[in-house]
Amino acid sequence: MTDDGPPPEGRSTGPQVEERVARITGIGTSLRRAVIVPALAVLTALLVGGVIIALTDLDTLSLWGDDPGEALRLTLGGISDAYKALFVGSLGSTRALTETLFAATPLILAGLAVAVGFQAGLFNIGVNGQMHIGGMAALWVGFSVTLPAVIHIPLAIVAAMIGGAIWGGIAGFLKARTGAHEVITTIMLNFIALFLVDFLLKTSVFQAPGRNDPLSQPVHPSSQFPTLGEYRLNIGFLIALAAVGFAWWLMYRSTIGFQFRTVGFNPDGGRYAGMNVAWVYVGVMAISGGLAGIAGTTQVLGLEPYRGISGFAGTIGFDAIALALLGRSHPVGVLFAGLLFGALRAGGREMQGAAGIPVDLVLVLQALVIVLIAAPELVRAIYRIKTPEEDTGPTISTGWGA
Amino acid sequence: MTSPPVTSEKTVQHRATPEQRRATVIGVLLVILGAFVFWVFGLGVESGITSVFNLSLPGERFQDLAWEVNSKWLAFFVAAILAFLGGFVLRRSHLRRTNLALAIGLGLLALAFLTWAAAGNSFSLVGMLRSTVVLSVAVTLGALCGLMCERVAVINIAIEGQLLTAAFVGTIMGSAWGVWAGLIGAMLTGAILGAVLAVLAIRFRVDQIIAGVVINIFALGLTSFLARRVLSEAQHLNSPGSFPSLKIPILGDIPVLGTMFFDHSLFVYATFILAIALHFGLFYTRWGLRSRSVGEHPKAADTVGINVYRTRYRNVILGGLIAGFGGAFLTLSQVSRFEENLTAGIGFIGLAAMIFGRWMPLGALGAGLVFGFARALQQKLGILGTPIPSEFLSMTPYIVTIIVVAGVVGRSRPPAADGKPYIKE
Repeated sequence: MTDDGPPPEGRSTGPQVEERVARITGIGTSLRRAVIVPALAVLTALLVGGVIIALTDLDTLSLWGDDPGEALRLTLGGISDAYKALFVGSLGSTRALTETLFAATPLILAGLAVAVGFQAGLFNIGVNGQMHIGGMAALWVGFSVTLPAVIHIPLAIVAAMIGGAIWGGIAGFLKARTGAHEVITTIMLNFIALFLVDFLLKTSVFQAPGRNDPLSQPVHPSSQFPTLGEYRLNIGFLIALAAVGFAWWLMYRSTIGFQFRTVGFNPDGGRYAGMNVAWVYVGVMAISGGLAGIAGTTQVLGLEPYRGISGFAGTIGFDAIALALLGRSHPVGVLFAGLLFGALRAGGREMQGAAGIPVDLVLVLQALVIVLIAAPELVRAIYRIKTPEEDTGPTISTGWGA
Repeated sequence: MTSPPVTSEKTVQHRATPEQRRATVIGVLLVILGAFVFWVFGLGVESGITSVFNLSLPGERFQDLAWEVNSKWLAFFVAAILAFLGGFVLRRSHLRRTNLALAIGLGLLALAFLTWAAAGNSFSLVGMLRSTVVLSVAVTLGALCGLMCERVAVINIAIEGQLLTAAFVGTIMGSAWGVWAGLIGAMLTGAILGAVLAVLAIRFRVDQIIAGVVINIFALGLTSFLARRVLSEAQHLNSPGSFPSLKIPILGDIPVLGTMFFDHSLFVYATFILAIALHFGLFYTRWGLRSRSVGEHPKAADTVGINVYRTRYRNVILGGLIAGFGGAFLTLSQVSRFEENLTAGIGFIGLAAMIFGRWMPLGALGAGLVFGFARALQQKLGILGTPIPSEFLSMTPYIVTIIVVAGVVGRSRPPAADGKPYIKE
């Protein structure tokens, strides 16, 4: 492990550490570098998305042979309709704006979970599973007790944090004790959580009376997140903002965060400095899982029909990886990336309704954004940007081994 | 990596070796399982009740083969053997036989479980074993794809996306130009995605896990998008037909084994042949030695003149062809229709099978069959109406994988350079 082949980034010592901090967090570098590649990545993704829309418009495609001018007009019209709907649905009105913030809420929280892991050199692919377990804990608190809302909601959130922290902590513990790679264990824990939720939702504790499908009873109104008037936007967004502040404080102002980041850059260095690396793995995964657990609450306490359903976390756990990369693992970066993806989601629904473009296009856009961020050389090659420094994107994991 | 925390030498001397500790854990486990079988499957069943296992399917040459067994006594018998195996392992005199004892024990446990589930009932054992083989195909092919990549140190968690996209393209091309065109299209699709992974991982040195996640998200997004936007309008592109079943003469008529192994579409035969061929290729040919050296110690491989990059590209793309073949199986043999997120985690079970099979092709085949058995069992249990929730059986592959990577029952080690980009000096 020590000297087989040249390590990709070199065993960081001295100034190299700062470089790696900069590379992963985007902090300490010029604003241009932290913003320009992500911005170009998003732009490129939207352009490719336009091409995909054009290529899948079957009616117009058949027109190209007969009347290219009309076909071109229809194609461009189709793309602009789609993106207009995307814009109107995300920013075009007060309702659209609240929908964007509403959609961004779980994304920000889940993105923070991944970002905290990244900063400590751990790849938490298990956010989905942690959201499920956390969400189930919140759900249980939500329907099994009746309390004033000021106590009930925090209690449910704490339960979710504990649930998510345990689920994430399992992966951290396994890594610390046995060296099992967290990517494998969290992938597997995702599926286990998914089936566990299906099972629990059919037990008499959770299941809605008179049903035999996996659907829980509704939570008490006192545990439902209060909404902003008629809109779906709720206090979950404020919780997400608070979590951004907490994550920033944790990572950059606390001793624990310093240890996390040190171990992330160089576990050997951390160990040499007297840090308990095994404990850091457990701690990081537990905190990451706790944040994911809060993200899970938004899917049961902050969303109609305020019940647990099968697979309620959807693809948020995977979107979160994109978010953390786009936001360069910095909490504030994750916040903005979350708002952007929230806008894509809210706009995507409008796009599906008004322009007939399936909302799944948003997933394609997301994948393109991640790949362009992870391979900045690609963006540079496309736009012919010259940079003196070498920048090969974030390296988070190297191998399954211990 | 670094020296472990200081421990006094006395404790080191008395501490059992990892193999001995493992034997203790497994021995105790076997004894507990034996007690469990005795109490639940043995005493829990009224005496005199029998379980009937049907060993032939309707329409076969040998009809009405069945095995009738006294449910209670079989459980007692299995419990006794489990206890014996546990005692054998606990003696720790034959440490190399520990895993064999565990495998036999778990096999008997499955038999006792089935007997209990079918108590007072009849149960098509051969049907379940047959679907075990069918359900193992996609998982095994996924595992073989992952193994091809990881043996040359490229982590592939994009198997799921490769299967899904290949299944999609196979459906469309199969509907338009016939099943063979669909098969070729699916395999090429898998290879193209493999090439994308290779370029990202090798040329751009993108973190390989991120590259894999990207391909999975992209595959899910694009296939769902196209399924809704194109397939919903052009329904005729979503009925590709399927490859016929090819019964092998003579062998196909053997009771039980013939139905299990020799009466399938070409995908099943190809999977078995491929696993054996890859195993031979990887461990007994020059290509295999070179591939493995690139995965274990790329610098040494480079020094002796092996082109590390070319080997990696070639094997990752070959792996993609295999995944594409698996994707074709899903829509051109198992079901003949594409639906959104059709794979639903099969690629990740393939990843699990690769790890469980210890990065070896025959291991992948065995793991694929074990996981296929779990899925087949899950489907049958619903029919028998046992009180075991099917969700727990669905979890089995994932739990088994965690146990394996955690080293509780035998450590599974990846190639040494797995996931590390190679930079030529």
